[in-house]
Amino acid sequence: MYVELGHFALILGFGLALTQALLPMLGVMRGLRSWTQAAGALACGQFVFIAISFACLAHAFLIDDFSVRLVATNSNTLLPAWYKFSAVWGNHEGSMLLWLLILAGWSSAVAVLATELTQDMRARVLSVMGMIAVGFHLFVLFTSNPFLRSFPNVPQEGRDLNPLLQDIGLVMHPPMLYLGYVGFSVTFAFAIAALWSGRLDTAWARWSRPWTTAAWMFLSVGITLGSWWAYYELGWGGWWFWDPVENASFMPWLAGTALLHSLAVTEKRGLFRSWTVLLAILTFSLSLLGTFLVRSGILTSVHAFATDPARGSFVLAFLGVVVGGSLTLYALRAPQSSGPAGYSWLSREAALLGNNVLLIVSMATVLLGTLAPLLVSALDMGRISVGPPYFNLMFVPLMSVLAVVMGVGPLLRWRESSAGGLRGLLVGPIGFSLAAGLIFPFVYRGHWHGGAAFTAGLAAWLLSTLFAGLRQRLRERGGVQALPRLGSAYWGMVVAHIGFAFCMAGAALTSIYSDERDVRMSAGDEVTLSGYVFSFLGTRHVEGPNYSAERGEFTARSEGSTRVLHLKAEKRDYHSQMGNVMTEAGISPGFLRDLYVSLGEPIGDGSWAVRVHHKPFVRWLWIGGVLMGAGGLLTLFDRRYRRARAPASVPVTAGAVA
Amino acid sequence: MARLRLFLPLLVFAALALLFWRGLSLDPNYMPSALENRPLPAFSAPTLEGPVISDAELRGKPALLNVWATWCPSCAAEHAYLNALARKGVLIYGLNYKDNAEAAGRWIAEKGNPYVANILDPAGLIGIDLGVTGAPETYVVDAAGVIQLRHQGPVDERVWRTVIEPALAGLSAGSLR
Repeated sequence: MYVELGHFALILGFGLALTQALLPMLGVMRGLRSWTQAAGALACGQFVFIAISFACLAHAFLIDDFSVRLVATNSNTLLPAWYKFSAVWGNHEGSMLLWLLILAGWSSAVAVLATELTQDMRARVLSVMGMIAVGFHLFVLFTSNPFLRSFPNVPQEGRDLNPLLQDIGLVMHPPMLYLGYVGFSVTFAFAIAALWSGRLDTAWARWSRPWTTAAWMFLSVGITLGSWWAYYELGWGGWWFWDPVENASFMPWLAGTALLHSLAVTEKRGLFRSWTVLLAILTFSLSLLGTFLVRSGILTSVHAFATDPARGSFVLAFLGVVVGGSLTLYALRAPQSSGPAGYSWLSREAALLGNNVLLIVSMATVLLGTLAPLLVSALDMGRISVGPPYFNLMFVPLMSVLAVVMGVGPLLRWRESSAGGLRGLLVGPIGFSLAAGLIFPFVYRGHWHGGAAFTAGLAAWLLSTLFAGLRQRLRERGGVQALPRLGSAYWGMVVAHIGFAFCMAGAALTSIYSDERDVRMSAGDEVTLSGYVFSFLGTRHVEGPNYSAERGEFTARSEGSTRVLHLKAEKRDYHSQMGNVMTEAGISPGFLRDLYVSLGEPIGDGSWAVRVHHKPFVRWLWIGGVLMGAGGLLTLFDRRYRRARAPASVPVTAGAVA
Repeated sequence: MARLRLFLPLLVFAALALLFWRGLSLDPNYMPSALENRPLPAFSAPTLEGPVISDAELRGKPALLNVWATWCPSCAAEHAYLNALARKGVLIYGLNYKDNAEAAGRWIAEKGNPYVANILDPAGLIGIDLGVTGAPETYVVDAAGVIQLRHQGPVDERVWRTVIEPALAGLSAGSLR
């Protein structure tokens, strides 16, 4: 009964989404205030009904209602309750319902929080979000209904959630990622509303910024979680594979990062307006493209969702309407000139332009690498696959140049900086970076390594220029006592940039210095790797809630040290999987290095194939990702977003464009 | 004129959309066989039925070579259809791939035998020469022993009609007994 209730609530939610798309739009066109005013209530109503629907599905999972086909194929009575709940989005249909819930959540957030918008603008934004919701409702209801029953043959037991997904990282990764993907729909809606109204002004940029930052923050954290999960769960010790689906989440991140910076220029200086609005469209389009690539099965990927040609065709048609429609609107309505340029090449505008160019080129690089296999086979030129060598070749130079620009950017002033002043600011950082780069490889390993020196130099450059910027700021504002007044948006930038430095250094240094060995070990054996002695104590049998496992126990200690670290690596046999054994790596995490052990196959006579890794600085990747997210969060707490919420009566600065 | 430049993103998107539309009808997992239009690799191996068989004995008439194993669920799914094809008179040789002969014998006894003969390849060595990526796979071999086509995955009515029958029909009319 409640299952049908959930289905019915979803249909009602669809009705409200349709109304949310149409009513406010007609209200704006005809000047009917009561219709435009309804937008907020409709958005909240839609959210309530989707939430009911989602709760019904979650309930079906929690009580093991195997008459629901989705529950029977993705859950199991032995599954711990926490994973039964996350199993709701561990499959295609349920994850699309989560997507809808989050979309409606963002809509209601706009309805409730964006009080400084004019009534018409708010109605337009919510109408656009309603249109997007209509598309996804149709997708769920017609191609991916999660509420299908399997009467009269109700199975006694469910087929279980894929064991790889029975993990805290994968409980949080999809919701975070979707919060990011879908969050960019808000920025997109603002962009379309601005094009539609012809008011592509600084007010539009000011309104868009916090929403873009929020979405970007979630996406950063989501991608970080995915990478961390892959590292400890898949047992290969890798943290990024340039898989099409990873790329699908990375592209909106790159475009979104460019958008974040371009919005700053548009807000502060009224420049780059067409470009910024194009980026807003592009970022959300790439989120949709990600959905298409994942759900249609047109590329081979490790993230295989059950694919269905009808779904692929639907998402492609939807993509055509949304992206094609918005780019047509852009072509017809975007302003042709951004007004007088009014900035020199030594200005913050120019640095941010550089940031945008580099990020968009990086995005295009990823897009090309991801789609090349498809392109080649569509042109009937055979089969190719594009892997890490291509991406690394392109990304190392792009990110290096980006890091250099990133150091200078925050030191520059709007409009024009004096070359002399800049030189004064940069002497310290240049010296520090050169010294850090030259010294680092010797201090860390005792011998020279060009790549490591370069990386350390760049990281030092980012940190020291941020410090120089802080000193400059304090000097201008009267010394150290100005510290609390710098504003959390500034600190957000600092933290996020430090996060980038961590990510870059982590990625490069772990690639350079990681070492691994495959060995055969039986109880009592020792193996030495990069100055660590690993001992295998043997395996013992352990029983988990829904699996039994062989747990290999290891100790590791640094040569010449007595501190002993314990590592436990497992081979898990999930009861529902019939012989499909899962690997749990044993990890000893550390700020400067991880030790990582994974059990391979038993070779007989009690010995095992074992792989031991020494992974220096690998944790910096995720520390960096979390810092970037924290930087986004800090920015959201800036004073300017906390002003008293008056009813929407803030006059819009006139800036209508042709 | 400047307005036209703003249409550029739309054009790029249109080209991409066209590519995706084409992509929907392509199978990303499809791998063309390197051996198409090349002769069968040489082999000589015992059969399930007893006598040793070599690649030379597959020549003379166009035939299918079906890679199967008892551990492969899709092989079980396609077996009834292979029986039907054999009744129609299609010559089918089996390659019993990475399997054990005893289990294979029970399987044939249980489900019927569509095969002229079953080449035993317990270690998968013939499979390596043939470039087998997984079971089931079906090869169309012409009268001269040249591989004309490789199909990955189970054979059913649709695959027979659209893929295998056209390939066989293109060979000599002597394909049917």
